[in-house]
Amino acid sequence: MPKGVLVDVTRCFGCRSCQVACKQWNDIPATPTTFNNSWDNPPELNAYNWTRVEYHLIEKDNQIKWRFVKRQCMHCEEPACESACFTHSFVKTKEGPVIYKPTELKQDFCVGCRYCMIACPFNIPKFEWDKALPFLRKCRFCNDRLHEGLEPACVAACPSGALKFGEKEELLAEARQRIDANPAYIKHIYGEKEYGGTSWLYLSDVPFEEIGFKTGVSEKPIPLYSWEVLRWTPYIFVGWGAILTALYFYTKRRAEVHAEEDMYTAVETMEEEKK
Amino acid sequence: MQRAWSFKLTPTRYILIALVALMIIVAIVRFIFGLGMVTNLNDHWPWGLWIGFDLLCGIALAGGGFSTALIVHVLHRGKYLPIARAALLTSMLGYVIALVALLFDIGRWINFWRPFFYWGYHSVLFEVFWCIALYTTVQILEFGDIFLERVKSFPLKKVLGYAMTPLLIVGIILPTLHQSSLGQLYVVAVDKLHPLWWSMIIGFFFVWSAFFLGPAMVTLEGTLAARAYKRTPELPIFQSLTKVTLWMMIVYLIVKIIDLVYRGVFSLAFNGSFESNMFLIEMIVFVIIPIIMYAIPAIRTKLWGVVTASVLVIVGVIFNRMNVVFTGMATQMGGHYFPSPWEWLVTLGMWSVLILAYLFIVENFPILIKEEHAKEVAVTHGASVGKSVPSGA
Repeated sequence: MPKGVLVDVTRCFGCRSCQVACKQWNDIPATPTTFNNSWDNPPELNAYNWTRVEYHLIEKDNQIKWRFVKRQCMHCEEPACESACFTHSFVKTKEGPVIYKPTELKQDFCVGCRYCMIACPFNIPKFEWDKALPFLRKCRFCNDRLHEGLEPACVAACPSGALKFGEKEELLAEARQRIDANPAYIKHIYGEKEYGGTSWLYLSDVPFEEIGFKTGVSEKPIPLYSWEVLRWTPYIFVGWGAILTALYFYTKRRAEVHAEEDMYTAVETMEEEKK
Repeated sequence: MQRAWSFKLTPTRYILIALVALMIIVAIVRFIFGLGMVTNLNDHWPWGLWIGFDLLCGIALAGGGFSTALIVHVLHRGKYLPIARAALLTSMLGYVIALVALLFDIGRWINFWRPFFYWGYHSVLFEVFWCIALYTTVQILEFGDIFLERVKSFPLKKVLGYAMTPLLIVGIILPTLHQSSLGQLYVVAVDKLHPLWWSMIIGFFFVWSAFFLGPAMVTLEGTLAARAYKRTPELPIFQSLTKVTLWMMIVYLIVKIIDLVYRGVFSLAFNGSFESNMFLIEMIVFVIIPIIMYAIPAIRTKLWGVVTASVLVIVGVIFNRMNVVFTGMATQMGGHYFPSPWEWLVTLGMWSVLILAYLFIVENFPILIKEEHAKEVAVTHGASVGKSVPSGA
């Protein structure tokens, strides 16, 4: 059964254990940190930072409050990256993770065109800009741990209960239960319907758009969009071909024959040659 | 009666060759040390100058090849024959450049051949890749016919002669498909690409604009070639072609407005944001003004008029592609990107290759029309040119 993770923003206190656990389990090198105008560290996701806790200062009930949001790949049910990739290097597994085959399964067909980065609605896949033959990198939902029946490294490391791993259906039920039991929650499970649903689900007590989520987005899976235009291709090929062939023979009867060979000629260089 | 192969090295050509040499050095550095070393591309801006300009604009500008092929070889409008070969040549060179740009840009370049064997048909990029690869082959074959007029090989020429009609037709279907699928690449960027440009029919806008760009490209290129080789520009042909551009641009404008109104985003064009201003410049300066210029005979019939309007159309299509790749994506992608000097150098180098190849080919192969024929074809409008002039004239 497909797995998922429920992230309860109200329970996160921003310790970043998940970031450390992710680095340790996946053996990702440390990256130099930089100053930036927020408390986030590292300032952005990149090829060597697959998850990150965002620090949001927001105003709630006339008070300034912190909210901490762990971000990583959402592991869409129907991922845009999978449909965008013409070598099928990203793939949604039945257990839930969206994996990158060149690194995960050693099936290296990826050409590094980075169309997945354009396609991903959450801007998740990141590129190894410093490598001669770079891979795309992103959260892999600890695919190997899931196969061993373990929870992802970040979930295992979470001390506050903000992250909960389990069957996605059960997590959805639990999320609804939490929302019903506590009126403080926003009545929305982010990831239930966004872009056709994602394996990672979020609960919050502040509006999602205030803590960095894109709201009001399409509930239609992105692959459907491109399929709706692509499915016309064979018809256009045959139909347009037939029209052109018909036009070709129809107009040919009326046109004069030209001796093309005699019409054209090579030309002389006009500019002076350098002596 | 055949001239020896020649390529005179003028000062300009030395500069172009130097640019190509520099490009090769940058390319080697890029292949060994990676994209981060030479480009300013980053995780916010995975696609930059090479994809935005060399690929998207290069392919669009090469659209002159397929619109001319459709008009001349499928619709048999003989009066446009004088420009047919030059249009094919620039188009072919444009595609080769675009493919080289793509090879430079892809990260895992050693895998460039994989997509031929991996059928990811659910991806728009699959269609783009196959159509561009096949169409480049088709254009090289079409050019082979001209090549064999110079390098005589009758059996080959005969085989190619039989294949020419299907090649011509396939050579129009393929660019129709991939010009549109280049736009459709951005259909997945729903909620990312600004709604003034994102549309389910963005593919239509791309192929349509690439087509009406064709005559404008032919006009500019013909004028430049005429100037470089001290020939008379084929003004009557340029004027006649403006009808094609004019009507297609009017249709483009109308469909654009309908599309915006249908999606309920028409008002976004006037909200004063950066995107809306760029969109208005694109539509007013580069669509509506050329339409007006083409519509007024006093402007259309003058060389300066038709060339100015054509330049506006060409810049307009580049502007549109840039808006899709950069302006429309900026808000959602965040971060900053401006091409590094090395990226500019590679782009300059690639276009230098194109110019050098063009010069070499027109000086050694029969591409441009013989001047006396140009007049004859223009006067008779394609009627009865016949086999009147013996070769070697």
